[in-house]
Amino acid sequence: MAAIQESNNMITTSPVKLRTRPITATLILIGGLAALLLSMAVSVSFGAAKIPLSLVWEAIFQFNPNITEHNIIQELRLPRVIGGAMIGASFAVAGAIMQGMTRNPMADSGLLGINAGSGFVIALCFAFFPGLSFSMLIIYSFIGAAMGAIIVFGVGSLAVGGLTPIRLVLAGAAVSALLIALSQGIALYFRIGLDLAYFYAGGVAGTKWSQLKIMLPWVVGALITAMILSRSISLLSLGEDIAAGLGQRTKLVKFVGIVVVLILAGSAVSVVGSVGFIGLIIPHLTRYLVGVDYKWIIPCSAILGSLLVVLADLCARMINPPYETPIGALIAIIGVPFFLYLARKERREL
Amino acid sequence: MEHSPIFVASSQRKKKSFIILGIMILLIIIAFIISMNSGHMKLGPMTVLKTLFGYGTKQQSTILFEFRLPRIVISMLVGAGLAVSGCILQGISRNALADPGILGINAGAGLMVMLYISFFTTATIGSIFLVPVLALIGAGATAALIYTLAYKKNEGISPIRLILTGIAVAAGISSVMIVLTLRLNPDKYQMVATWLAGSIWGANWSYVLSLLPWIVILIPLAMYKAKIMNVLSLGDQTATGLGAPIEKERIILLAIAVGLSGASVAVSGGIGFVGLIGPHLAKRIVGPKHQFLIPTSALVGSLLMLVSDTVGRVILQPSEIPTGIVVAVLGAPYFLYLLAKSKS
Repeated sequence: MAAIQESNNMITTSPVKLRTRPITATLILIGGLAALLLSMAVSVSFGAAKIPLSLVWEAIFQFNPNITEHNIIQELRLPRVIGGAMIGASFAVAGAIMQGMTRNPMADSGLLGINAGSGFVIALCFAFFPGLSFSMLIIYSFIGAAMGAIIVFGVGSLAVGGLTPIRLVLAGAAVSALLIALSQGIALYFRIGLDLAYFYAGGVAGTKWSQLKIMLPWVVGALITAMILSRSISLLSLGEDIAAGLGQRTKLVKFVGIVVVLILAGSAVSVVGSVGFIGLIIPHLTRYLVGVDYKWIIPCSAILGSLLVVLADLCARMINPPYETPIGALIAIIGVPFFLYLARKERREL
Repeated sequence: MEHSPIFVASSQRKKKSFIILGIMILLIIIAFIISMNSGHMKLGPMTVLKTLFGYGTKQQSTILFEFRLPRIVISMLVGAGLAVSGCILQGISRNALADPGILGINAGAGLMVMLYISFFTTATIGSIFLVPVLALIGAGATAALIYTLAYKKNEGISPIRLILTGIAVAAGISSVMIVLTLRLNPDKYQMVATWLAGSIWGANWSYVLSLLPWIVILIPLAMYKAKIMNVLSLGDQTATGLGAPIEKERIILLAIAVGLSGASVAVSGGIGFVGLIGPHLAKRIVGPKHQFLIPTSALVGSLLMLVSDTVGRVILQPSEIPTGIVVAVLGAPYFLYLLAKSKS
């Protein structure tokens, strides 16, 4: 009912021509990329042991295993920074796709049950196999994420009439609530809540090359698919009827879109836990800056998301060294005031 | 408005809705009796009835009147309050995902409770009386903050701005909570986690008395506003066209929603799911007309909370499962089943 009313509303109010700002978008892409590279370099050189940028350069291009600093950079800092950038891009693009497909400004990747599924399986692991290694946990976490998404997708498409946006959103909210409740129950019963909190607060600190090697091809593939899909998502964001009327195969687009979101958000969640806020704010911010065309929203979201996570991680290490502040908290501290400002200025619905 | 073609309910539909309301009340009464019977000390249905009318032994009446009855009444009131609050919020924001959580009420109350537990309390006895008060303060303050941030001089409150502001403030508060979590020792953490998961822990008559006025005044008020909500849920343009003073009505309705959920969360902890799922279940039973939707939401919420609290109390005796967890475990599969069965 609400969906029908909303789509009617969209038809009457949506402008004939999509409002886009290609020039701003290009500037963001170029400037954002430069800022990202710079902040990654700074992030590699800062830390408990300060390492000058020249040494960073050497460590990357003329690696010498006998120099301690080179080892720190190669084994600890580089994977961490690259991981941060990848995670930021993944969450942001996943969020942008979800918001575009469901036409709900509250949507993010968490709605597919990904965060909740991963959290549930991690809680099970902590409760029943306490000694599990970090790399095993990541694999289990990904399995959990996929499980959550399959349940949501399955229930959503079981119904007569198939997977409508409103149904996806509701199924996602219900499955997430169920899995979160089960994880809470396990955490309370086995008294492992605090351990879990520490695990998730760790952020990108423990990122290893081996993880990145597994993640990278998937994430890159998914990002490219997202770009290819961007035109279809722009259409879908006008409303499913309009998209279908314009000759789009909406079912196929939605299916591919969901798979892309699963890969992106699933791998990101498995590394840092659910820092869902990135997937929520970055697409809003990007839409505010570049307009409503997903051809620009998706790449710009990726860049801005990376930038946010790399900066947040840098701050996390600098605020109270040698201790690290939870990265999720920092992202919220950077993101919340900004998001509030946007919420005040923004007048469009989506 | 009564004769607007969209809302002309055939008398058949009206009759059906009344029958459904009757069935819901019957179910609640059955659940009520079962809940009275079950617990650590088992009392048969006849004993319960006898005790209720004053013919039980001293021990029986203590169990019934001092422990079980207040708790049952509180869970029913909380369920009704949260569900109606969710119903109002979904109606005025026209967003299916809206629940009392978007007003930051759970987050604000949770933060206050966490601050209190982490910095002040060493004993748990005093906190039983202080925690609900603090939670209510936290919930009210957060709602006021969100409202202020979302308010614009010439435009008032738009639903989308309210939702986005709510999300942002809730995210900010929960990040503060993450940082606080890491400072807690395991015992205190366990207390906070139990509260956040939602449990009716301080159940006595003084809580019932503190919650009752909110529910008894605000739910009928919401029902009185049902027609306005029907119009508002058509969208701002249509509502304005039909002559509704949308801004004023929206503020009143928001205040009702905040009052209901703030008072409920104060005694029950973070049970947001009732507020999300209650109105949706009700909508699938009686349709979108608020005259029936609001009372049905209240009944569905009461029933869900009552059953969940009973199950949580009984299933792992002598320890308890937080009600919020049981609500999700019982409510979510049923909701998913309805979702899968429904036509688009």
